[in-house]
Amino acid sequence: MSAVGYATPPFAPPGLRTEHLVEKVAIRDLEFFYGDTRALKGISVSLFQGCVTAFIGPSGCGKSTLLRILNRMYDLYPKQRASGHVALDGENILSPAQDLNLLRAKVGMVFQKPTPFPMTIYENIAFGLRLYDRLPKSELDDRVRDALVRAALWDEVKDKLGASGLSLSGGQQQRLCIARTVAVKPEVILFDEPCSALDPISTAKIEELIAELKADYTIAIVTHNMQQAARVSDFTAFMYLGELVEFGDTSKIFTTPDDRRTQDYITGRFG
Amino acid sequence: MALFVNRRRRDRLAKGMAIGATVFGLAWLVLILAVLLWKGFSGLSLAVFTQMTPPPGSAGGLLNPIVGSLIMTAVAVAIGTPLGILAGTYMAEYGRYDKLTIVVRFINDILLSAPSIVVGLFIYEVMVAQMGHFSGWAGAVSLAVIVLPVVVRTTEDMLILVPDSLREAAASIGLPRSLMIRKVAYRAARAGMVTGVLLAVARISGETAPLLFTSLNNQFWSSNLNAPVASLPVVIFQFALSPYRDWQQLAWTGALIITIAVLALSIIARTLTAARKSS
Repeated sequence: MSAVGYATPPFAPPGLRTEHLVEKVAIRDLEFFYGDTRALKGISVSLFQGCVTAFIGPSGCGKSTLLRILNRMYDLYPKQRASGHVALDGENILSPAQDLNLLRAKVGMVFQKPTPFPMTIYENIAFGLRLYDRLPKSELDDRVRDALVRAALWDEVKDKLGASGLSLSGGQQQRLCIARTVAVKPEVILFDEPCSALDPISTAKIEELIAELKADYTIAIVTHNMQQAARVSDFTAFMYLGELVEFGDTSKIFTTPDDRRTQDYITGRFG
Repeated sequence: MALFVNRRRRDRLAKGMAIGATVFGLAWLVLILAVLLWKGFSGLSLAVFTQMTPPPGSAGGLLNPIVGSLIMTAVAVAIGTPLGILAGTYMAEYGRYDKLTIVVRFINDILLSAPSIVVGLFIYEVMVAQMGHFSGWAGAVSLAVIVLPVVVRTTEDMLILVPDSLREAAASIGLPRSLMIRKVAYRAARAGMVTGVLLAVARISGETAPLLFTSLNNQFWSSNLNAPVASLPVVIFQFALSPYRDWQQLAWTGALIITIAVLALSIIARTLTAARKSS
């Protein structure tokens, strides 16, 4: 039984068993416009609690746009608007009454390019923590360490917490950003092509991390790397030209997709 | 082949003209600095920094104009910088897509290139004429009017250089915009913004025209901003035009002091900018 009352989401293809899952984020009939350009066309899809959902598709298909709706990031820019229904735990986050800072505390995001703040490694994490709690120094230290441990970065930085976050390597910076996101204890984490600027070893570390994090969080990941989607996700959504073509179990999407376009894309025939 | 030879000839001609123009321009600059050093350096002594401006024919220094310039510059920066940073912040962060920003930027650009004598006349009308006397305050305010557009411009430019990805990252952990600006954007743009203030100081330290109408001059020691205050540029202007040899010498020395101060500011500004690029 999901939070919005759909026993089985109405868009779910036959055979997708979701009764045992909690629908954390429900997206229904979602449309998105950049000015007059319609970038998303009636998207309906779900993010299930404790699962990783991958969004794949060729460039410009709207997968990053979709992700940026889930924390209302598009609100930073003029002339961008969404219509339809997006519910987090049953509450419509597209409502104008939604407090954006509270929403973003619950729905964290990791970006394509690592974006550490221009401050020390310690401050990069502590900064977000101080926003929500007035913590004594010792507890703040603990929470910073916990976040860095979760992001598998602690061993590499424990002796230089006072160094600038920008002094780290690209892969370390990205894990610092994950630590920063995890530190504020979100419920959902959005990964927007988190590995596309990283080497294979750093990529492997981030993928391991995602696998560990999914026990406690609901995760959505946009990726251009199909092997990555196959490795890390439980569900996969294939998008094309602003439409959701197919959504289902990752194993099914990558072995016996129903739609011809999905098959063409995953076999590398286009995109 | 003829085409190639022809092209090479034209290339050499263009390169020669470019180098020639550079040398021509630089030569004047070197000449000015050389004369300034030659004439000004011989007059440099401790007395210049410890004694008041003298009457013609007696010994003296430039203490009162140096102090006057420092005080008025400090007040001008204290007025112009906060206003400029706030306006620049509005334009780059809050109102980036607003029509008002376009209007303000246009007006600011006009102010940026407004002749400083116009600024002096304006302050003369609104302050000196109203108060009934020349004053250091009027001088400081007219310098502040020159500082303001420089700071507005560099603040906006430097904040716009801060990548949007950093703003999004700050927003993604639920940071309100005001905190994002103070803690993240200012931090990323700090070196550039400080550079802007330094360049504004360099710009006003040689301004004569706005001070002629406002702070006027003062032969004696005065740190009272309600009265006329001496300043280096005005003293240079007055002494250089005088027929007295020792006044002329002091004018050269004063010019050298300003030049060295501006040079030092430029070097600091460049060092800061370089440090920002390498970090």
